[in-house]
Amino acid sequence: MIQPRGDNSLMILIPAFNEEGAVGSVIREIRSHHPDLPILVVDDCSADGTRSIAKRAGADVLSVPYHLGLGGCVQVGYRLAYDLGFEFVIRLDGDGQHDPRYITLLLGTLKSSGAQMVIGSRYIDGTGEHTSRARGIGILFFRWFLGLILAKKVHDPTSGYVGVNRQALEVFARSFPLEYPEIEALVVLKRLLFRFEEVPVKMRPRMAGKSTITAMRSFYYVAHVLLGVLVNILKYQGGRKT
Amino acid sequence: MERMLSLIAGMSILLMGLVLFNIRRAHIRVEYSVSWLGAAFVLLLLSQWEWGLMSFAQLIGLNDPPVVLLLIIGAVFLMVFFRFSVVISDLKDANIALTQKVAVLEYQLNRLHEKPQATDNER
Ligand SMILES: Nc1nc2c(ncn2[C@@H]2O[C@H](COP(=O)(O)OP(=O)(O)OP(=O)(O)O)[C@@H](O)[C@H]2O)c(=O)[nH]1
Ligand SMILES: [Mg+2]
Repeated sequence: MIQPRGDNSLMILIPAFNEEGAVGSVIREIRSHHPDLPILVVDDCSADGTRSIAKRAGADVLSVPYHLGLGGCVQVGYRLAYDLGFEFVIRLDGDGQHDPRYITLLLGTLKSSGAQMVIGSRYIDGTGEHTSRARGIGILFFRWFLGLILAKKVHDPTSGYVGVNRQALEVFARSFPLEYPEIEALVVLKRLLFRFEEVPVKMRPRMAGKSTITAMRSFYYVAHVLLGVLVNILKYQGGRKT
Repeated sequence: MERMLSLIAGMSILLMGLVLFNIRRAHIRVEYSVSWLGAAFVLLLLSQWEWGLMSFAQLIGLNDPPVVLLLIIGAVFLMVFFRFSVVISDLKDANIALTQKVAVLEYQLNRLHEKPQATDNER
């Protein structure tokens, strides 16, 4: 059972939906680098063996009663981490794309920079291998668009390899975008005058299973995220600083 | 025109009947039936109140009252639908919050169940 230990307690959060082919080895790989790290898998009503495989691999599993979507699952993971008293949470994908070797780098940057959020970015050193073309175009667009809003360059705004400290944890535990949360979360941070940092990571191809982002959904994705960002800017100009 | 207006009147009465019947059967909650009853009532009123419809038609520069009535029907139902979108969004938010709470509670309950076992093993 996960429990924060010490002052700089870190929890690993893995949202997973039908990831039985990968989630077990992701957990074991994290364990091989950090044997004692608390790992929470949020299982979004997977139809496959995700839940039992994650349990057997040694993670704690939080199961939601019906399919909530990525944002809802990340939020409930943040909520639990906050309630349990964790200081930092690093979220990574259950499909094996995020190499657990970078956990140390993300955590170190969270601590040393004091930024509320640290993003593992595939575009700082590399060129973003293992990323579909549609997604690449989307990332280019949002990089430019967010540059205008955040007044700071984000190399990889859609990365799901993200660390947060307790301040951000508190905010995200209370409210978090439901669908495609990464970009909106950045705008929320800006509204609160929080800071983010990016660190270079290398992404790998997904180990097994299917990506949930298809070409068809890309258009919906862009429209949805743009609207979400717009709503958040409107809130900001309304002067609500929560 | 007369015939169309009667048709609309008939439809509004049918709608009211349907809503009331469903309230009685508890298929629809009173607070959500109000929008429909209100919409049906407005339509019934306008279809029977020729002078009102005529002057409204003139006001917006159309001299074809049935078309105006259709326009109004469209607007009224758009409003009802919008209201329901708001209601659905509220419900969805509440539902998500509830789901997350249940998930956390279930997780912690399991924790409680597992803890005594762990100490048993240690003994
Ligand atoms: N809880 C939950 N997790 C999800 C859902 N969809 C995807 N995920 C998880 O989110 C992570 C990323 O999902 P992917 O489909 O790989 O998306 P991606 O990595 O952004 O896209 P690719 O680069 O195409 O792989 C994985 O751990 C998935 O299991 C969902 O609906 N609910
Ligand atoms: Mg992936």
